[in-house]
Amino acid sequence: MSRRKFDEMSDYDSSRDRKRRRTDAVEIEDRLESLIIRVGEKSTSSLESNLEGLASVLEADINNYKSKILKILSDCAVTMPEKTTIYTTLVGLLNAKNYNFGGEFVDMMAKKLKEALKACMWRTARYVLRFFSDMVNCHVISTNSLLQLLHTLLDTARDDNSPQVRSDAYVYAVLSCLPWVGRELYEKKEQDLERLLKHIEIYIRKRTRKHVPGLRVWRSDRPHPQEEYLDCLWAQICKLRADMWQEKHIARPYVAFDSILCEALQHNIPPLTVPPHHPDNTYTFPWVVFRLFDYTDCPEGPVLPGAHSIERYLIEEHLHNILREHHTERKQCAAVLLDFPLKHKIPLEYMIVEVVLAELFHLPTPKYLEICFGSLLIELCKLQPATMPQVLAQAVELLYDRIDTMNVCCHDRFVSWFSYHLSNFQFKWSWDDWLDAAQLDPMHPRAKFIIEVLQRSMRLSYHQRIAEVVPEQFDCFVPAKPEHIFKYGAETAPEMEGGEVAQRLEACIRAKGNPTEVLQILRELPNPLRDGTEDEPSFNPLQVQIFTQVLLHLGSKSFSHSFAGITKFLKTSQNSCHPQLFEVLVGPNEEAQMVLLREMYEVWAKHQQMLVMLTDKLLRSHIASCATVANWIFSKEMQHDFTRSYIWEILHGTIRKMNKHVARLQKEVNEARERHSGRDSDDSSSDEEDSRPRPTEEEIERMEEKLEAVQADQKNLFLIIFQRFIMILSEHLVRCDTDGRDFNTHWYRWTIGRLQEIFMLHNTQVERYSQTLSTLLFTQDLDPHILDAFNQFVALRS
Amino acid sequence: MSSSSAVDLGSYRDQHFKGSRHEQERKLKMSSTLYVGNLSFFTTEEQLYELFGRTGDLKRIVIGLDKFKKTPCGFCFVEYHTHDDAEMCMRYINGTRLDDRIIRTDWDAGFIEGRQYGRGKTGGQVRDEYRTDYDSGRGGYGKIVQQKNILPSSLPS
Repeated sequence: MSRRKFDEMSDYDSSRDRKRRRTDAVEIEDRLESLIIRVGEKSTSSLESNLEGLASVLEADINNYKSKILKILSDCAVTMPEKTTIYTTLVGLLNAKNYNFGGEFVDMMAKKLKEALKACMWRTARYVLRFFSDMVNCHVISTNSLLQLLHTLLDTARDDNSPQVRSDAYVYAVLSCLPWVGRELYEKKEQDLERLLKHIEIYIRKRTRKHVPGLRVWRSDRPHPQEEYLDCLWAQICKLRADMWQEKHIARPYVAFDSILCEALQHNIPPLTVPPHHPDNTYTFPWVVFRLFDYTDCPEGPVLPGAHSIERYLIEEHLHNILREHHTERKQCAAVLLDFPLKHKIPLEYMIVEVVLAELFHLPTPKYLEICFGSLLIELCKLQPATMPQVLAQAVELLYDRIDTMNVCCHDRFVSWFSYHLSNFQFKWSWDDWLDAAQLDPMHPRAKFIIEVLQRSMRLSYHQRIAEVVPEQFDCFVPAKPEHIFKYGAETAPEMEGGEVAQRLEACIRAKGNPTEVLQILRELPNPLRDGTEDEPSFNPLQVQIFTQVLLHLGSKSFSHSFAGITKFLKTSQNSCHPQLFEVLVGPNEEAQMVLLREMYEVWAKHQQMLVMLTDKLLRSHIASCATVANWIFSKEMQHDFTRSYIWEILHGTIRKMNKHVARLQKEVNEARERHSGRDSDDSSSDEEDSRPRPTEEEIERMEEKLEAVQADQKNLFLIIFQRFIMILSEHLVRCDTDGRDFNTHWYRWTIGRLQEIFMLHNTQVERYSQTLSTLLFTQDLDPHILDAFNQFVALRS
Repeated sequence: MSSSSAVDLGSYRDQHFKGSRHEQERKLKMSSTLYVGNLSFFTTEEQLYELFGRTGDLKRIVIGLDKFKKTPCGFCFVEYHTHDDAEMCMRYINGTRLDDRIIRTDWDAGFIEGRQYGRGKTGGQVRDEYRTDYDSGRGGYGKIVQQKNILPSSLPS
């Protein structure tokens, strides 16, 4: 073989070797990752032998794959908090074999903690801290350095210039790691532990609790106290301390390896400077712990851990984590929940139901769609048909029993969920148990609950079904048949003013008359606003009334028919040569829009869902403005229905539409700015981006002006709503005072509850205008009951 | 082994789709329209809005009709404004009940005029042509069974 050929061949071989080595490396890394991630899962071998084996494998690969292993381990530490003790044991074993590795891991975790705190990722920070604490149990970290870290974090409690929610986050993190390391600290550093707890106690005592009333699901503490989350955890830790820090829930694999681990040298956590408060920081909202069951509610069998037992805290946290991880796949979520480790030691169905309902009723807003919880509960009933439905039924009974003091937001969600749930079970329910409600004032929370449940159930089925499924004592609760009322029917029209015109209008539109013809007929109507002077009235209410009545009557068959009827008289490319009827008859004139809305209500008062849909359509088509709808809701004509849920469905839908509009324009402006200032370096995917021309400075200015205008509309909408609330509530309070009556009527409770609901549901957007609200509306001279609602909202972030 | 997700594409592909299989799948993956099947003939638009409105704002609902009778024949298209809202629907509504029936939702490439009509020979959906069970919410027995008059004297238990 010639020398040249030999060289060529060897080049070819080495490049192939390099490629093979790279793929081998990736394969090994993937395998390591898989081994690490899956340790602790169901296995034929014991956990101890798996850990021992894995530690050996990793130790062998440490030199070549160190950074990869470090990364995987540190990720597992925060993404799988329920396996904390498994991973700390693993790290402990590795540290015992390789001191430097242990040190690098500690440094990596310290960095992770610092980054998490800076990025306001409080949950991640909490899990890192917990991991650090448990590493003390594995002799990876010295107790002194942990205590130092905990004290550093607690020092934030002394900072008076930052919001309470900030120091809360730190104190909560410290408290929540004590179940892991409390015993060890008690045994080795009792004095230091006591000092630490003393600091926490002082902080807990001096905290304000202004935010709490607005976050309670129930106003009452009977039968179970509804505690603020930090107060609850503090009580749980105090009980743990009283029990000498013995807790029975956490599995501790490192105990089996104590003889190996205690030989290891410990590291110190690098000192940490806590990032200061910054106004842009976001902190977790406080919450109130939802308590529905206690051990007396559960049948014979495993006992429900007490409200102040640390087990209750640990199990609930784990269940909430399962929801967080799996809520997008309900079948898997239900399966994982029901496969809870140690499930035979607890009344699992009760704890699951309590946790799921806690999330459904969470204030200010639930973390996921309400239907996520509804469909999950159905899935759970499917998997455990012998037990789940009964537990759920029991929960409903308890919720109904305690509904008198339930927060209005939660009452709504309870109604919405329960009717949805019943619709999946043929509306079968022990209605007879609730017959007493028929004697109550229809505004009483129990009566209202049944009224609204039947209304929503009707929407999911049909009137006759609901009327038949409930006992006759509930006839007073059954909703009206959802029919429309047409003023200008053949029998009634002749007596009405403009009745004859209305009938001809109906015939014209039925015969597919065009807008010009329609307008011609409407022009025959006199204008009741004409007062004999030269002044031209700004609109003709009779025209608006008759047009609205006829149009809605013709579309009464279904939503689609109504929408199509409305769309026909909006501007489209087909009819642009014709007058735009809504523009001509109503336009931006708020009074005219009010006439339209009032007439719509006259037609469809008995069909609440139709009113919701039509208002939505009118807003989307820009026939009515958000501000007008808000004013209409608070108008005298709507007083009768003011406490009905559908009214608030409409108002919240209106606010949301406005919010979405602002968000959309904001997004467009941001994107335009980015495109204008040059390519976004991450944006490698966009073929479409490249083809669009870069927006000019002028175009961006116009977009920003549009955004500002809509933001002004948004602010105006909130101002209108809050102002109207203040007016009607103040009026009520004054009148009651004058008459010597108790102001705390059902109406009052619903109305103040609805005010709170605005703050809760839209807290992010309202926050933007908080200053204006406190200066203009929610001033100190306001009645304290009304001012409270505002203050509770402010306290969420303070 | 990856487990199936609630938002995976189903196995149905519209044979009348104008375009390649690949194109259809591309549209399905970014769609905000869902096909809804196994509805009762009597399920109303109102019921559909009430249920499907719970995962997002609805753009429109198109009820499937018998090609000849122009009456509902047990399916519909639900259109949301965003793909995400439609995804929520696949996660939380697919496989639950409406009007006492378990309904099925599936990704759809988008409504086109004409697709609201059943493609069965007698005007309804194809599945109602061939099925042999008795379904009171979907016109009783399947069409072929009805036509051949092979009705047992009592309803199946």
